[in-house]
Amino acid sequence: MSDASGSTIDLEKWEIVVGLEVHAELSTRTKLFSSAINQFGGEPNTNIDPLTLGLPGSLPVLNEQAVELAIRVGLALNCAVRPSEFSRKNYFYPDLPKDYQISQFDRPIDAEGHLELPDGSVIGVERAHLEEDTGKSTHVGGGGRIHDAGHSTIDYNRAGVPLLEIVGKPDIRSADQAKAYVSELRAILIAVGASDGKMEEGSMRVDCNVSVRARGASELGTRCEVKNVNSLRSLGRAIEYEAARQVDLISAGEDVQQQTRHWNEDEGRTHKLRSKEEADDYRFFPDPDLVEVDPGEEWIDRVRAAMPVLPAARRHRLAEASGVDLAKTAIVVERGLDELCLAAIRAGADPVRTLTHAEHNLSGGRSSNLDPDGFASLVGMETGGELTATQAKQVLAEMVSSGDSPADIAQARGFEAMDNSELEGIVDELVAANPDEWQRFIEGDSKVMGFFVGQVMKATRGQADGKVVTKLLNSRR
Amino acid sequence: MTSNPGAHLTAIDIAASVRSGERTAGDVLEEHLERIASSDAEIHAFNHVMVDEARHCAQAVDTAVKAGEDPGPLAGVPVALKDNMCTRAVPTTCSSRILQGWKPPYDATVVQRLGMAGAVVIGKTNMDEFAMGSSTENSAFGPTRNPWDTSCVPGGSSGGSAAAVAAGFVPISLGSDTGGSIRQPAALCGVVGVKPTYGAVSRFGLIAFASSLDQIGPFANTVADAALVLEAIAGHDPADSTSIREPFAELFPHLDDGVSGTRIGLITEMMGEGIDADVAARTREAADALEAAGATVQEVSIPAVNYGLSAYYLVAPAEASSNLARYDGVRYGNRVEGNTTDEMMFATRTEGFGDEVKRRIMLGAYALSAGYYDAFYGKALKVRTLIRADFQVAYEKFDVLLSPTSPSTAFPLGDKTADPMAMYLNDVCTIPTNLAGHPAISVPFGTGDDGLSIGVQVLAPPQGEQQMFTAAAVLESAAPGGAR
Repeated sequence: MSDASGSTIDLEKWEIVVGLEVHAELSTRTKLFSSAINQFGGEPNTNIDPLTLGLPGSLPVLNEQAVELAIRVGLALNCAVRPSEFSRKNYFYPDLPKDYQISQFDRPIDAEGHLELPDGSVIGVERAHLEEDTGKSTHVGGGGRIHDAGHSTIDYNRAGVPLLEIVGKPDIRSADQAKAYVSELRAILIAVGASDGKMEEGSMRVDCNVSVRARGASELGTRCEVKNVNSLRSLGRAIEYEAARQVDLISAGEDVQQQTRHWNEDEGRTHKLRSKEEADDYRFFPDPDLVEVDPGEEWIDRVRAAMPVLPAARRHRLAEASGVDLAKTAIVVERGLDELCLAAIRAGADPVRTLTHAEHNLSGGRSSNLDPDGFASLVGMETGGELTATQAKQVLAEMVSSGDSPADIAQARGFEAMDNSELEGIVDELVAANPDEWQRFIEGDSKVMGFFVGQVMKATRGQADGKVVTKLLNSRR
Repeated sequence: MTSNPGAHLTAIDIAASVRSGERTAGDVLEEHLERIASSDAEIHAFNHVMVDEARHCAQAVDTAVKAGEDPGPLAGVPVALKDNMCTRAVPTTCSSRILQGWKPPYDATVVQRLGMAGAVVIGKTNMDEFAMGSSTENSAFGPTRNPWDTSCVPGGSSGGSAAAVAAGFVPISLGSDTGGSIRQPAALCGVVGVKPTYGAVSRFGLIAFASSLDQIGPFANTVADAALVLEAIAGHDPADSTSIREPFAELFPHLDDGVSGTRIGLITEMMGEGIDADVAARTREAADALEAAGATVQEVSIPAVNYGLSAYYLVAPAEASSNLARYDGVRYGNRVEGNTTDEMMFATRTEGFGDEVKRRIMLGAYALSAGYYDAFYGKALKVRTLIRADFQVAYEKFDVLLSPTSPSTAFPLGDKTADPMAMYLNDVCTIPTNLAGHPAISVPFGTGDDGLSIGVQVLAPPQGEQQMFTAAAVLESAAPGGAR
């Protein structure tokens, strides 16, 4: 469903094809080619030096830390890490201090990889290359664009910050999958320490190439590149809008023109920025100020040996140890609770209950410091019938805040076995079967309460006490 | 001719007398400042004389000597810098209106190294704008004149630096050589000029013309003085990614080794068409002199050098079109206002750059354009590879090569300004060295039919400065008496 075009794509007839280009700012101490500090924020034009400003006579010297991070990302994305070369991308713009950007053109550092999404689908990665960021222009007066501005100010703090541009293959088939891809990529970047992945601060920026084709067609349709997508939500909206726009065009007998388009978040639509014919000729050529980057096997092996276990591997590990569906492990891994769960399961806790608690009753942060043995005994008390699910949840919350043992907490609260374990089981099943409704319920949509009470009544053939059911449901919010 | 070009002490003598306390750096400086004050109005070697900075610097040298410290091998030696080398808080213009008044916040690596060696930087010399030219007539601040005949050009683009040494304003100066911009003016001004191996001298702080070709090197009155300066400024610099990591060759211990048994190749392609007869004659005499000193000399063909000029005028402008993009009026230098950012940039560059610079930017942008890259820039890179390969074959048989430096002696001002191709042909013998990244030195060797200086070029393989200087020293001592 797209907001502005008002049409819904008939997914029986049409297929959406998306390829994403993600720019990630690397968490290096200094900039890609100079010793100026790489830091978000700060007074304008304070993290600068002669190279940042493109002063005459300044020269770029490659930051090895950026190369190391690019190698880490490359390995994490199953890419070949290769000898690479920097080129100059020439165009005039005030926030580009040298009026060329140093980037990798035909010889990127990372090539031909892929990443696996939580649902098990695999998206190809064409390449990942290093390049420098630009400064930030603010256009004052007019419509906030350079062409009609009264004057413009430029902050060069960001100029020269290392970026890794990760170019995905057009393997994505829906807006949701695109969001999952970006989330996964973000998790990987964070896991390997390459980037903080903050979309809201611009440390992760996404351009999406969208095309549509008749389902079953083998040729790709003409694509449009959509820029200015600043959150996962906008990404999904922008793709759906753009795909619907293209389907509308084709359905009306028109051709999709290859264009660069700008996503307007407020209007919920894309606008044409420029056509393919209007695209700049960047006159790429190898940067003569820099030499080939050849990390060599030894360096790459050293980086490989120090790599953390990546999200996909962690999901597989947890699924294997717990026996639950791979897809259900995603949230636990995302919250960083997988190590805790694995340890609790090793200590004898029931895997399904363990993961249920991690998914519904624990957040990230402090919860990951929970003592796995204590967590295991709590799950044991619950599966052994000493605690109801509701009580277990309360005890667990207190374990996180106080660090006390579950037995002590249960005793202090005077919890003893109550006989609504049958109801608890029914509610568990309902939650699992109706995740969207449960989510709305948790978010405070009280209208859904009636739905759940009704379902419990149906399952118990009207034998349950409505008040008890209501209380039980509320206790799980 | 001016009255006393060359009639002054060498850098080696000056440094020795200052280090021993025999003379003060201050006295040496004042003497040179006087010469500049009395004659530079006529020559226009300098864009800017750094009187105050130089006096401070000389004082520091003298203080060190008095305190019993050694200020270094260039103690008290006045040095002039081509005006494309950044000097902290001192105007650095590239002889362009677009940079007029700009003061860099830092010193180029060569400036730092000269300072550490005890040298006294005395001023910034005139040049062809952004080092594009062979006569120093493309300066926004007017031409430099040849001290030997002020109706003639000093060559270029480092004409100011060459003239400053020839006129006795300084014993030593630095220039930059992208296609011959040190060697050709050295030849035309009757001084020694060196283009080191690419990467031997740091380019940090050198305002780029064509980054893959640019190299800083010295002008001096003697081969030994040139060696002294080169040893001081060469060597690895982490601030320049293209800087050679290995230590620079030791030159001094080998200056007197002689050329007995040295195999010398005379480059056939640089002895025929396009080379004036008197220049070719002196070059043959130079070859004979080397042979007489014990070397074996043979002609050698390096066919690919015939394409050097064409390849150079694609590679160098291509890089320049990108290197000079930053002069957009946004951050520094001159700005000409406009109604929009685009208009401002356009007006700034239209007014700020001279014709030759504009010509090369256009040529370079064209050579890199989509659809033309392979035919122009790409092909030029292939020629470059060929030239390197042809030289390599020659260096399997020869230790050093010999050729004229410039096809002619100094020519009158205005003679070639209307014809860019005629001007470009000045560098036909020097350009292949830059494309290959090799070192070469120009040594004065007699005069032409017009009585003006002729330079002979000794070329060497990469990092072959040692044998190059040894051969140059032999040529210097064999040069016809009363040369120039």
